[in-house]
Amino acid sequence: MQAAHRLGFVLLLTPLVLWLALLIIIPHIDMFFVSLRERVGVGEYETSLANYRTFLEEPLYLMTFARTAVMSVLATALTLLIGFPVAYYIAKIARGRVRSALFLLCLVPFWVSELVRTFGWMILLRETGVFSSLLQWAGLAQGPVEMLYNDAAIMVGLVYTSMLFMVVPLVTTLDSLDDAVIEAGYDLGGSGPSILREIVIPHAMPGIVSGSIVVFMLSLGNYLTPIMLGGKDSLWFTELIYSQFIVRFNWELGAVFGFMLLILSSVIVWGTLRLTGQTLEKTMG
Amino acid sequence: MKTYATQLKYAAVITGAFALAAPANADTLRLLTWGGYAPENVIEKFEAETGHTVEVTLSNNEEMIAKLRATGGGGFDLAQPSQDRIAGPQAEFGIYKPIDLSKIDESQFIPSMLMATKANTTVGDEIYGVPHVWGTSGLVLDTAKAGMVKDYTDLCAPEVSGNVSYRLRRPTLIGFAFAMGMDPFAAYGDEQAYTEMMEEVEAKLKDCKPNVKAYWSGGDELMNLLRSGEVVAAMAWDTGGWKLNDDNADITFVAPASGALGWIDTFVLPAKGRADDAAYDWINFVMQPEVSAMITDSVGNFTASQGADEYVSDALKAKYQASFPPEAVDNIKWYPPVPAGLEVIEGAVLDRVKAAN
Amino acid sequence: MTAPDLECTHLTKRFGDTTAVQDVSFEVPPGSFFSILGPSGCGKTTIMRMIAGFLAPTSGDIRIKGRSVLDVAPNKRPVNMVFQHLALFPMMNIAENIGYGLRRKGLPKAEITRKVGEVLERIGLPDIGARKVDELSGGQKQRVAIARCMVLEPDVLLLDEPLGALDLKLREHMKIELKALQAAFDTTFVYITHDQSEALVMSDNIAVMNAGQFEQVGSARDLYYRPETAFVAGFVGDSNRWRGQVMGVSGDTLQLRSENGLELRGSCHGRRLARNDTAEIFVRPEAIRLGHSAQDVSHFDNRLSGEVTSLLFNGAASRILMRPESGGEEIEVTLPQSGEFAHLDRGAQVHIGWSSDQGSCFAAGTA
Repeated sequence: MQAAHRLGFVLLLTPLVLWLALLIIIPHIDMFFVSLRERVGVGEYETSLANYRTFLEEPLYLMTFARTAVMSVLATALTLLIGFPVAYYIAKIARGRVRSALFLLCLVPFWVSELVRTFGWMILLRETGVFSSLLQWAGLAQGPVEMLYNDAAIMVGLVYTSMLFMVVPLVTTLDSLDDAVIEAGYDLGGSGPSILREIVIPHAMPGIVSGSIVVFMLSLGNYLTPIMLGGKDSLWFTELIYSQFIVRFNWELGAVFGFMLLILSSVIVWGTLRLTGQTLEKTMG
Repeated sequence: MKTYATQLKYAAVITGAFALAAPANADTLRLLTWGGYAPENVIEKFEAETGHTVEVTLSNNEEMIAKLRATGGGGFDLAQPSQDRIAGPQAEFGIYKPIDLSKIDESQFIPSMLMATKANTTVGDEIYGVPHVWGTSGLVLDTAKAGMVKDYTDLCAPEVSGNVSYRLRRPTLIGFAFAMGMDPFAAYGDEQAYTEMMEEVEAKLKDCKPNVKAYWSGGDELMNLLRSGEVVAAMAWDTGGWKLNDDNADITFVAPASGALGWIDTFVLPAKGRADDAAYDWINFVMQPEVSAMITDSVGNFTASQGADEYVSDALKAKYQASFPPEAVDNIKWYPPVPAGLEVIEGAVLDRVKAAN
Repeated sequence: MTAPDLECTHLTKRFGDTTAVQDVSFEVPPGSFFSILGPSGCGKTTIMRMIAGFLAPTSGDIRIKGRSVLDVAPNKRPVNMVFQHLALFPMMNIAENIGYGLRRKGLPKAEITRKVGEVLERIGLPDIGARKVDELSGGQKQRVAIARCMVLEPDVLLLDEPLGALDLKLREHMKIELKALQAAFDTTFVYITHDQSEALVMSDNIAVMNAGQFEQVGSARDLYYRPETAFVAGFVGDSNRWRGQVMGVSGDTLQLRSENGLELRGSCHGRRLARNDTAEIFVRPEAIRLGHSAQDVSHFDNRLSGEVTSLLFNGAASRILMRPESGGEEIEVTLPQSGEFAHLDRGAQVHIGWSSDQGSCFAAGTA
């Protein structure tokens, strides 16, 4: 009996351990060793921190790194700002079929690939696109308006791509807030904003934090949206990683970038959790 | 009608010849190639004649090399990088294996092209590549609106400000260097000279940045930009210009004054390829003039197949001749092999251009 | 005469085609404990939510201390509510929960702290201010929920079945405690429940509600002993119930023949019933006397004899079921507490009787 129990436990654990080891831990260890290699000649390598030094000494890399982080934080904040009312409406106000329909609407964009979604935005935003034509038709613009190829377009794309990942955890936590608690807030003299601040937001905090973490990571690691919607000045860190690995054949520096991105996201997630007093168990559980 | 009959007869003979041999060594050919280089009709015909099956993976130069590097040259049986990207990566990463020329019917190739490719893909005493499809990059222009653009540097002219697009990749650096009166290919071997040259190009590209609407990264993206009229002048491949010419007679490919940049995509054998025989079969098969013409119809570029021109559509030939008067053909700058490590210098330049405001 | 704390006049609420509350009027004098008792779905929660301000009445008026509050938002009404599941704020500790309303009023911090301390003292839980909500027992939460409202000194406290979630023992205890708290705070309580024992034990006045209307408003005793409608008679307390035809009327006393053939006498207590009317008669189990022989019950004008079919032992509230020889349904009879019938067995022959005064008659069809 005891042995059978043990066997079951091992069998259940094996896929997880294999998954972690084969797909996460081992590649990262390998990446780490690659990042420590310095190319000294054709096919010759030495162990050194030269690649990390390159990263720290090149202002372009640092700037792109910081820019990506700031833009991702901004995208997360915007997604939260837009997603919260949506989630609140779905969880607390909409009923029955409207509710399912709204939830479905959030899901619809994910039925097509990210590439198609991004192309959709390009069709809307480009100079000869839908918005520009509408503006001219309405007489609000004299000539064609270019809304593509800038940071705002990236932001729109990122927020759009991330919305579902913010709305779902928010709806879940807001759903668990008893309507009576909100009514009690009103009954005891609370106004809309104060109830939002003192009751709804504190209750939704685990959802807000977990949604934000997911959206932040998605934005930070997004590749297609910044490349396709971004302009000629729009640098994104994943683009640098791609170009180091694929275009420049410089795996060593690419590995360093990869590690830097990992560290950055870990630090920001840790910081957010500390700042909001949440724990990973609470937000993910 | 006569040609058709001959073709049929020819095909029947080949089919018969291969059908006998086929069952003995039927293989799966994993082909790593560009879009359009292995059209469905060619694959069907090949499979019918040889019994091999073909699995196609579409890619581009950089990704081909990155994929092969990641596996140490495994995962594919035949790849098609450009001839200038063979010697360098081979020296650095050892991802290819030498070609056994005795298994290739050299008479099917245009001799000058075969010779040049052999020379460019030699590492040590071994030859690693044979030519397949060739083409050029130059200017794709809306001649009605950007007729004044004659060379790459004209993309920075005020007349086309805001309506220009090019890639932030190495061909742009090379093209601008030529247009600025320098010869980057001559400086390939001299890192110092090349760096200085690239710095000049960098300055030019930074100055030119306000003119650029967007740096394109995919062919479809550029097609859209040109078709919608948002971009009137771009640095691009010849076939792109010819395709757009079908929809809009004003748009076409123009060889720049300093010379179009010529590239040749090759056949190479990845180091850990498992179906070399199938790979050789494929090379010999697609280099037949009729098959090569099918590929030309599919991709728009001509091949190194001797005598394939006959079978190519007249419309394409006409476009080619319009873009390339004889003196322009002579002026094509063929890419020599890129020495290992050059990408690092170019990469830094491209990064700085992208970051400049 | 001072104005009543709460006064509702001709209150009506319709949701689409359904009328949840129809023309309800009542008033609650200051400092009293008023209950609305009714089965679920009768509209009592709708009334409470209209008083609290979460619903607007379709017509009618609500006045608190003489002033109409119809155009006053819920967060401005001098009314507070204890919710069914208490709705304590789980993200705050106890002191913050209680202080919430005071903070919203903008009181200075020191005063909030003082008031919260005082009210915790009054509910007998002085040291729990720093605790979390989920660290409290059910009864403690109950008291905190009341304290959270009472600290605001509302004119009227509304309680929406707050004992529903508690287990039986605690519920019995909390009934007494709630009554004591009401006395201590000297505030008007309006309490809604479907549990008659909660209403009967705690209330000064009870409104029995059915299908959107008040059936009867009165003290617990009135409702129990002098129900005015068949619904009240049936809903409040237990009753034996027969349906039959009026055979004769003499003053208040009626003669009925039940559908299953029993001859019964009852009282109409002033209600109009005539010969040949169909009527219902309700008799409480404890109004029925039990005897060993016919002599024991000979002085009652209703007499039956029969056999015991069941013994329902429940301590002081033990009953028997007996089937009358003359036919009809089983009759529930309370065992006297004298112990005289403690050894009664199933199948025993017993005689029962009750005075016609104890049989309340109503015209049939009203319930």
